Amino acid sequence: MPAAEIARVQKEVDAIYRKDSRRIFATLIRLLGDFDRAEEAVSDAFRAAMEKWPIEGLPQNPVAWLVSAGRFKSIDKQRRDKRFDHLEDRPDVAEALSDDATPLDEQELLEDDRLRLVFTCCHPALAPDAQVALTLREVCGLTTEEIASAFLTPAPTLAQRIVRAKNKIRDANIPYEVPARDQLAERLDSVLRVVYLVFNEGYSASSGDSATRADLSGEAIRLGRLILQLLPESEVRGLLALMLLHESRRETRATEDGELILLDEQDRSRWNRALIDEGAALVRAAFSSQEIGAYAVQAAIAAVHAEAPSAADTDWNEIVGLYDLLLRITPSPIIELNRSVAVTMRDGPEAGLAIIDGLLADGELDKYQLAHAARADFCRRLGQYAEARKSYERAIKLTAQGPAKRFLEKRLAALTGAG
Amino acid sequence: MKYLCLVYLSPEHWNSAPDEACFACSQEMTASGHFITGTPLHPVHTATTVRVRNGRPTVTDGPFAETKEALAGFYLIEARDLNEAIQLASKIPPAKYGSIEIRPTRELNVAPQKSDPQKLAAAAAP
Repeated sequence: MPAAEIARVQKEVDAIYRKDSRRIFATLIRLLGDFDRAEEAVSDAFRAAMEKWPIEGLPQNPVAWLVSAGRFKSIDKQRRDKRFDHLEDRPDVAEALSDDATPLDEQELLEDDRLRLVFTCCHPALAPDAQVALTLREVCGLTTEEIASAFLTPAPTLAQRIVRAKNKIRDANIPYEVPARDQLAERLDSVLRVVYLVFNEGYSASSGDSATRADLSGEAIRLGRLILQLLPESEVRGLLALMLLHESRRETRATEDGELILLDEQDRSRWNRALIDEGAALVRAAFSSQEIGAYAVQAAIAAVHAEAPSAADTDWNEIVGLYDLLLRITPSPIIELNRSVAVTMRDGPEAGLAIIDGLLADGELDKYQLAHAARADFCRRLGQYAEARKSYERAIKLTAQGPAKRFLEKRLAALTGAG
Repeated sequence: MKYLCLVYLSPEHWNSAPDEACFACSQEMTASGHFITGTPLHPVHTATTVRVRNGRPTVTDGPFAETKEALAGFYLIEARDLNEAIQLASKIPPAKYGSIEIRPTRELNVAPQKSDPQKLAAAAAP
């Protein structure tokens, strides 16, 4: 075999690995009933491909070939280990060893396996941080080191979290399945929460290396697209739309040296139009369904902002209405706080300040720096500089070092100049 | 697979789920073939913990963990997997007032005993 031909096959194999190795892995988990065995089978299968394909040529369906090869290699290994391990006593293994006729080349079956994998990794019986780590590791194929650096967690801690989660999946017998219709909504919540957590971890500008963090947001969006393709539910659409609309503003949220730029001061000509159009279309599709969920409403709010030519020309009445809808779906003081900002833009700072003072009196937002920052801003606009100063100081005290803190300090300094 | 569903209740809810409801629940699980055994427990002040150290048992008063919620009873159920176990456990009446701890059970990890007469008989059978 000429070297050029080997190089060509190597390139094909690399491309298939990048595109399909997680899909193959997901199917092998189902066939072999074990995460670690499936992981090993994936490497064995690709190694076998590198040995055979340069000689025999690419098979007709490389993915099916790799699944079969991985499965065969793993079962072969288990057969060889059998005399040490009394495997014949385990009905699951006996079944796997005898059942050689599972159809492998059905596209639909493979796609179902990816969804099974998502639901298993995001199972609510696993610790929330383990759900995130496991999803990035098993569904997205990130390495433990990559996840650890993105979350600023020591790699051994993260590895241990993943091992513990996999052990629980095995010992408590968490099934490898897409939940039944009557439990789907609840379980999907937990999946979407993991995806949004990953996105936000990548989107928050506050800590960590910004390059790895953009990767995390990219992974979350890819994951959102995958889930939508497999499970076209309204809330999946809503979440994907929300992520795309946030992402469209990534480049304009901070100056080159990392200082925050608020929404009303961002350069709207630099917002990513393609992402906005895609997000807005998804919002419309989500709103045309029977059930409108919290992600769809948040995405709708983001779409109103994204499609407005300037902060002043934003349809604030529409935004207040959407916040009212959101509060009916998920009542929360933080949403009421956001609503108060929209009310200020619509009716003036006096109306917003009344809402915020009510919220702070309830006590729940007292430790939330954005509540004090918003109050400071309302007071500043009303010319109540002493009150504004008090709230800025409180907000600064509650904010960790970083761009957000510098932003507030600048505002406070400007206030001293003014008043 | 067998799952142990542990029922936890705080003192103010100790009697919130009526015995009739719990009995009906176990009847339903029996009818559907999921129930193996279960029993309510006396309140926590009757609890005793036994520990064996250096071959000698020591007995202490009270439960081993000091939390507000205490073990109030258990159901041993047979379920296909954790999802089915969660579904069944969520129907146990005190789930409303306290918490149910679901613990997968396991077999003792021992080699098959040579002296087991049934196994020997089975092995000897043609």
